[in-house]
Amino acid sequence: MTDSLRIIGRDDLPDNELPEELGEKDLLEIFRSMVVLRVFDERAVALQRQGRLGTYALYWGEEATQAGPLYACSERDWIFPSYRQNAIGILRAVPASTIFAWWRGYGGREGFYNVREHRVGPICVPIATHLPHAVGVSWASKLRGERDASLVWFGDGATSEGDFHEAMNFAGVFKTPTIFFCVNNQWAISTPVHKQTAVEVLADKAAAYGMPGIRVDGFDPIACWKATHDALERARAGGGPSFIEAYCYRLGAHGTADDPRLYRNEAEAANWKRLEPLARTSAYLKRIAVLDDDLESELFADAKKSIASAVAEMEALEHPSLEILFDQVYASRTPWTFEESLRELQSVERPPEVKPLGAQPGPPSTGDADAPVGPS
Amino acid sequence: MVEGLNLALDQAMAADDRVLVMGEDVARTGGVFRVTAGLLDKYGEDRVIDTPLAEAGIVGTAIGMAVYGLLPVVEIQFDTFVYPGFEQIVVHAARYAWRTRGEVPASIVVRIPFGGGVRAPELHSDSPEALFAHVPGLKVVCPSTPEDARDMLLAAIEHPDPVIFMEPKRIYRAGRQDFPEEPPFDISSADGVTTDYLSKARIARSGHDLALISYGATVPACMEAAERLSSERGVEARVVDLRSLYPLDVDTLVHAATACGRAVVVHEAPRTAGLGAEVSSLIHERAMLDLEAPVERVTGFDVPFPQFINEDDYIPSVDRILAGCNKVLDW
Repeated sequence: MTDSLRIIGRDDLPDNELPEELGEKDLLEIFRSMVVLRVFDERAVALQRQGRLGTYALYWGEEATQAGPLYACSERDWIFPSYRQNAIGILRAVPASTIFAWWRGYGGREGFYNVREHRVGPICVPIATHLPHAVGVSWASKLRGERDASLVWFGDGATSEGDFHEAMNFAGVFKTPTIFFCVNNQWAISTPVHKQTAVEVLADKAAAYGMPGIRVDGFDPIACWKATHDALERARAGGGPSFIEAYCYRLGAHGTADDPRLYRNEAEAANWKRLEPLARTSAYLKRIAVLDDDLESELFADAKKSIASAVAEMEALEHPSLEILFDQVYASRTPWTFEESLRELQSVERPPEVKPLGAQPGPPSTGDADAPVGPS
Repeated sequence: MVEGLNLALDQAMAADDRVLVMGEDVARTGGVFRVTAGLLDKYGEDRVIDTPLAEAGIVGTAIGMAVYGLLPVVEIQFDTFVYPGFEQIVVHAARYAWRTRGEVPASIVVRIPFGGGVRAPELHSDSPEALFAHVPGLKVVCPSTPEDARDMLLAAIEHPDPVIFMEPKRIYRAGRQDFPEEPPFDISSADGVTTDYLSKARIARSGHDLALISYGATVPACMEAAERLSSERGVEARVVDLRSLYPLDVDTLVHAATACGRAVVVHEAPRTAGLGAEVSSLIHERAMLDLEAPVERVTGFDVPFPQFINEDDYIPSVDRILAGCNKVLDW
């Protein structure tokens, strides 16, 4: 990480100068966002272990790569998450219960949201296929003479996909106001980043598309903010897209069904955990007297309260009707085949309500299923 | 037909500034088949866009534009070139409405010149329509006349759901047809009307002895076969032009089969799991007792589309269609 942009110090490296645009209020808002994301993630893992959610893709330790860039965006900018940023919408007024419901297997109004209303793309499950959408949205904005930019998150593995190349290429050619935010956590399930690409630094790939690339410390939310802020300023001035590589480490499993002990040395993960962003940011903010223990406790308590009520809302959802299979496939008049299919379903007894499968193999948890579960 | 398509694009772009055209060589060249000719001069390079050579990128960015609120019309240069864009169509275009509570459909049109008969090199002659008809969330249509080409493309552009618009390139320039230049509906308030243009079959020829069901470039061959049946056997075939491949116009199909008692389905695409199988099933499920003979299929074969020296052996000829008809008539 020698050449990474970094603001918050670590180990023997000192703090760098805080960007002048960031005041106390801004720093606390970024930290608050990280707390909300952390609480959601830990709660989701616990719920999965208890059989109350389906398989879940955790992001423990990647909060800086989400809260920092998001805070640099204006409310009009569009953001496109992959599944690793599954809960980012809750910072854009998508109900947390909706995200929980999606992981519990709900669709329709319970599990999905209106992407245009929130300017948050759908949680993208296939790898890198949402990158062209982010380019298209910001391209359309540019063609219409608007100033809305877009930001899209993806992982190191996504840089191997054709859609990554095509999206970066379109953005470069048409100078779209798109921020490509690559979270290089060094693992794509079991595949290490050096088996995805022969390039040492992913940010170097940007040059091939005629756009600037920068590597930042992915455990530092302020560095992530700064790089995104600068990229957005350039984009809005007509300078086109940017590529940001947030270098970090996947501290947890790929998902709740994955066991990293099968393919990597967990001592390495433990070593990286020293840098995990919440503790590190908390210590920094206390160091510069922006945060104290009381306020920190208050932020966690507030987040836990709101996430708990979202869980209650999710669990109060009724089993969806049969119509949900057919109702929202088309925005226009439903094809005749749907009526026939629904009649067929209604003519026989309905199967019993589906329950999530419950605890699955995964990294050892802290034991108590109700306690926050990180990769500890 | 090329003029009909060009007219539709022109009229849609004039009436609705959200409409734009994008694809490989569509702007300065006007498309390799000249469907977009003249549009660049009229609407400028922000609305008639030459893209890099990348179908996933073209379809994917078009989806993003639609999410933003524009109405992109994508040109895929040749049928087989759509395969790199297949994932974007299947995984995203087809599912965007479903994934957003029905509120943000990917309102794009993907125009695909398809099929053989133009003596093209390898991989320029496929008929992949059944692949798309099998994907929930898409509308798949195929005109066979210049007027339908204009009306259906206009409707597809204003339609909220993604439309795969199959263009039978063999009859791009076959024959002329006079039709009123005025759009068939008010483009600025097309809501609710467009579905009618994207879901109904057309009776291309009336008759009560045999239903001859087809779409695209094999419709003219079916018309010729019907004339020969009339003069050679005194049999009057009803020719049904499907127009909509998903959803199929089941009422018109079943009514034709019931009225005629005999049916033959014709398409150029490979036989197995082709649309002929679906049409045949629908008819057997709903009109079996009215049938005098099983439904016959006259189609392409389960082989790669041949090199063009053999393409006339592959494409259903009038003689093959007649043989299929005679088999059903003599059953």
